[in-house]
Amino acid sequence: MSTPTRTEQNLGADIAGGVGESPLRPDGTLKVTGEFAYSSDLWLTGMLWGATLRSPHPSARIRSIDITEAVRTDGVYAVLTHDDVPGDNLYGLEHADQPVLAGDVIRYQGEAVAIVAADHPETARRAVNKIVVDYEVHEPLTDPEQAVFDSTAPALHEGGNVLRHLPIRRGDPDATADVVVHGEYEVGMQDQAFLGPESGLAVPADDGGIDLYIATQWLHVDQKQLCRVLGMPANKVRLSLAGVGGAFGAREDLSMQAHACLLALQTGRPVKMMYSREESFFGHVHRHPAKMRYEHGATRDGKLVYVKAQIILDGGAYASSTPAVVANAATLGVGPYKVRNVSVDCYGVYTNNPPCGAMRGFGAVQAAFGYESQMDKLADALDMDPVEVRTRNALHEGATMPTGQVVDSAAPVEELLERVKAMPLPPEPNASDLDGYDLRLLPGGVSNTTHGEGVRRGVGYAIGIKNVCFSEGFDDYSTARVTLKVNGGDAVATVYTAAAEVGQGLVTVQQQIARTELGVEQVVIQPADTGVGSGGSTSASRQTYVTGGAVKAACEQVRARVLRQAAKHLDLPASQLRLHAGKIVSADEAVVAAVVDVLGGETITETVTWRHRPTHPLDENGQGNAHVQYAFAAHRAIVDVDVELGLVRVVQLDCAQDVGKAMNPDAVVGQIHGGSAQGLGLAVMEEIQVSGGMVRNPSFTDYLIPTILDMPPMQVDVLELADPNAPYGLRGVGEPPTISSTPAIVAAIRHATGADLTRVPVQPHHITGTP
Amino acid sequence: MTGKVTVTLKVNGRTFSADCEPRKTLADFLRQDLGFTGVHLGCEHGVCGACTISVDGSTARSCCMLAVQAEGTEVTTVEGLASDGNLHPLQEAFWKHHGLQCGFCTPGMLAAASELLEDNPDPTADEIREGISGNLCRCTGYQFIVDSVQDAAQHLRSTT
Ligand code: FES
Ligand code: FES
Repeated sequence: MSTPTRTEQNLGADIAGGVGESPLRPDGTLKVTGEFAYSSDLWLTGMLWGATLRSPHPSARIRSIDITEAVRTDGVYAVLTHDDVPGDNLYGLEHADQPVLAGDVIRYQGEAVAIVAADHPETARRAVNKIVVDYEVHEPLTDPEQAVFDSTAPALHEGGNVLRHLPIRRGDPDATADVVVHGEYEVGMQDQAFLGPESGLAVPADDGGIDLYIATQWLHVDQKQLCRVLGMPANKVRLSLAGVGGAFGAREDLSMQAHACLLALQTGRPVKMMYSREESFFGHVHRHPAKMRYEHGATRDGKLVYVKAQIILDGGAYASSTPAVVANAATLGVGPYKVRNVSVDCYGVYTNNPPCGAMRGFGAVQAAFGYESQMDKLADALDMDPVEVRTRNALHEGATMPTGQVVDSAAPVEELLERVKAMPLPPEPNASDLDGYDLRLLPGGVSNTTHGEGVRRGVGYAIGIKNVCFSEGFDDYSTARVTLKVNGGDAVATVYTAAAEVGQGLVTVQQQIARTELGVEQVVIQPADTGVGSGGSTSASRQTYVTGGAVKAACEQVRARVLRQAAKHLDLPASQLRLHAGKIVSADEAVVAAVVDVLGGETITETVTWRHRPTHPLDENGQGNAHVQYAFAAHRAIVDVDVELGLVRVVQLDCAQDVGKAMNPDAVVGQIHGGSAQGLGLAVMEEIQVSGGMVRNPSFTDYLIPTILDMPPMQVDVLELADPNAPYGLRGVGEPPTISSTPAIVAAIRHATGADLTRVPVQPHHITGTP
Repeated sequence: MTGKVTVTLKVNGRTFSADCEPRKTLADFLRQDLGFTGVHLGCEHGVCGACTISVDGSTARSCCMLAVQAEGTEVTTVEGLASDGNLHPLQEAFWKHHGLQCGFCTPGMLAAASELLEDNPDPTADEIREGISGNLCRCTGYQFIVDSVQDAAQHLRSTT
């Protein structure tokens, strides 16, 4: 169906907590009192605990699996292997290429081989240790470049190791320029590191089906994969959203969902699974590491003539969302700049490294580190201000992307950069007054062993671009059911969707939309489950846009019915009536009825499946209108670097972002803070250390995420330039701040040190130049 | 498996007694045996602070304590912060100032913040940052947590 026409009436004017305000989140009380039930808190009497046996090798063949001892253990109810999967032993978001339980080939360290259910979590873990697997260990393929170019490398999947190659070709491939800069860049493997590890509870049902309570980002895509694995129809595989302790992409793929269901169906008992932090590092996909080569050519006055890039994304053992990550990195590969001649080759490959998939800003994050590093290099080569070189090439509304797509709504690249530049700077550290300098403010904090004599300050800028919603012709929709009825003398709206609240505040925004559209104060958000049509994924910054669009459209239909009913009662044309703050108002602004009276004992329900405007696939030259909307954010970072110790302190991090319409201004700023912090993590500390295909740091002791002392205060500027194609003019918010934060911080470190930093996270030895 | 021991302690003002394995962590005991699931487990190795509770008036990581070590102590979990159905000013402030998104870190943050405010009723933003620096939050970027604590501090000062 098409986009409903926008109403010009300001329906929510008299209703507090509508669109554009920052009402309290409905789950807030439960979250501050500890009563909110996260997936890890679920409990049923008589439930069993599941545990998983994982491969210690990144590449191997399984010769045999012996479960005898495990089965014999007291308290063990089931031990399952690949032989016990009733349906297809394969799953995956876009390509079903990953075994639920490996039976033959092992493609990464941590791959699930067997599962156990027991009456105590420790019994389950002990039984797992009693399973004997005979592995024929192979040399892992761990170099993504080899995966692309070495045809003699072993193929990890049928069809070879290149999962997707996306070329983007535009303009003259032989264009030449006055000034040329080259660069090679690397991005390490980042982890989403949500705070609440994977968990869920599977409950076998009387009808032979299963009910799964799960922390996920997309109930229906889980359901679809589970149906295939369990060999059951959708009406037998029912999912309900349990409390989600953060997501950031890591819950878009299955983790323990299929395992818990298999164990529950086998034992006839509820089965709970809950990963430890260590297992969590093996239990979900990570951000793709990237190797990038860039060449930028520009005129002497700093105008880009051409960009050539090769981007290799390491997808690890299984496909997950790699094809979409490739699409983003390729299509956004030159950044928010106008470039006539573009040649990008982006590859997503299979290796024996941990599988990689969705993480906030995927594809765009990696490319931004490349193209923004290049823009700084270009500024250097031209002896030009880094903001100047960016604004000279800034994308704007009406400009053409390297895919040929014309940007058809606001693209305030120049303004965002100028806004962050104009923000006040923090006071300079006073180097001559080291005695008075608070040691805790030194890079490295109290563990800094100097007196700050090697500390240099630097300032860096970056801007990023992200596509919002799903792209390339994907049928991207959400379903909302809205009900209006009288309850206790008041009109109460109920909103029911399957869209996952993961912390971002979608439940609040849904309430706000219903208040604005229906003019009622009380809006109940029903728990999300698969009893209603898909809400699509909580990813790609799309939920407020798409599920918000669906809720708005359903409310509009409910409203139309109320007005039609009122018209009938009052014998007035419905076209002359409108709804305002719980009242029916006539054309001459007279209150002619109350909504509660019009409704009486009746319940009005409308269910709407809403789609954003269609996108299109890319052709063989990477040309096409693949994206529905672009979003932009710019950062300025101020850092102090101890050039002798290689330690960095981010002193201040400022951001300007265009959000089209700030649906909930406080929540928008919260997204910008949180997203910027994750970008800071990638810039200076976060990396899953993988060598020989093995994860070396699967703990919070060794995988560092920013603490409150690492994350500085921010100045945030929010622009609201409406996108006429989007509900309320809004633009997706969640991802853009993660994209430009990283390159801005690295630019600031380069500015402070003069070091040629080509890899994130930046480590002390990159700065000091010591091996 | 070894025999069980009885652990008796006060949680949020009520006395509880339950049998558990001697090696059981206090966090698991509170969550699984006594039902205080507001005690969250983000890492189970002492880094994230989500499991922070108060034991005899001082904050402790309940994932790094054994239940038997809590014998005879007075424990406060997030469930004990509100009184008579009224949210604690810190709880109000975290809710109002977007000091939480997913909320998984919140119980631990509240525990750390309430200890901080007992020691220092009028902290600066820097003192707040230092006071809760042992607790990780992956969602908020921390600024709104600082704002929340500051607002609660002011509220507490004005009412006492
Ligand atoms: S769960 Fe105790 S510190 Fe993380
Ligand atoms: S609110 Fe999610 S970890 Fe803090």
